[in-house]
Amino acid sequence: MRPDSTESQASAANVVFAEREIPIFRVGDVVRVAERSPVGHYRVPTYLRGKTGVVEAVIEPPGVDNEDESFGRNAGIKLHYYRVSFPMTRLWENYKDSPSDALHIEVFETGLLKEKP
Amino acid sequence: MNNEAAAHDGDHSHSHAPVQQEEHPTYYEIMEIAVRELLVDKKLLGPGEIRRQIEVLDSRTPALGAKVVARAWVDPAFKARLLENGRKSCEEFGISFYDDTQLIVLENTEKIHNVIVCTLCSCYPRVLLGLPPDWYKLKPYRARTVSEPRAVLAEFGTVIPDDVEVRVSDSTAMVRYLVLPRRPPGTEALTEDELAALVTRDAMIGVITVNGPDEKEAP
Repeated sequence: MRPDSTESQASAANVVFAEREIPIFRVGDVVRVAERSPVGHYRVPTYLRGKTGVVEAVIEPPGVDNEDESFGRNAGIKLHYYRVSFPMTRLWENYKDSPSDALHIEVFETGLLKEKP
Repeated sequence: MNNEAAAHDGDHSHSHAPVQQEEHPTYYEIMEIAVRELLVDKKLLGPGEIRRQIEVLDSRTPALGAKVVARAWVDPAFKARLLENGRKSCEEFGISFYDDTQLIVLENTEKIHNVIVCTLCSCYPRVLLGLPPDWYKLKPYRARTVSEPRAVLAEFGTVIPDDVEVRVSDSTAMVRYLVLPRRPPGTEALTEDELAALVTRDAMIGVITVNGPDEKEAP
């Protein structure tokens, strides 16, 4: 897990990273899970559609998109997965237990949108 | 050939039920056979490769995960590395990862209780624990663990105090999770092997805690 990609950039000044190599979200970013249509079996569970959470970690190394891969459409493009956390009370209206309970999940970069703070 | 085997081969006087297939294969069993035979026919996979992968899977059991947990309990430096990069430290420990998955080890503490689930299918740390239990793959566990985790845990006999945060990790893509349970009190004198013997599969999924050697399991 790499908490902040800019540090690794700075440590080798003469190396230029390709755009896709650099995670677009950072730890602490507020993100929204993309609402994709039609509703179907994506690698992000339906119960998280449109929910906002906080990036907890950038998962290294980057990986291929599982959804593309399952259709044989892997062109070798790798992006990051992010571990994102959501308070249970934000996911379930009637969540009666402790408000500190939370759900954590890893989501591929293309499944997340940046939310304005 | 020993006498017993010889007797079995030659004089078949004792009776036993014949070993045979009683039921017709299901739709999915037929599909699996058809796909497997096609893959072999088209030379995309050899029967030896399929057998080898089955042997790889058969060699993975919860005893492996238990060894990792016991090592983390007795070796703080290993534990720190394990929490930092689960896959790398398991590989250092001699446990190979035969696929592209990463491993995040989730530490249970006085204030945090972790439990793992895969709502989409049955993602599971097979590298360390082998095949998942059937209930892990069934819809009630998958749906309820993300929406009412405390109720699910209570059904396993695990009642989490209100001031302890329940963290549910939903494993959906390339990351697998392993719960590092809390070391039970009164185990200071135990060896690493004795500690490993206390660690069960369900404790590493996070649905129960680890009992000390003298504790009885919750009824």
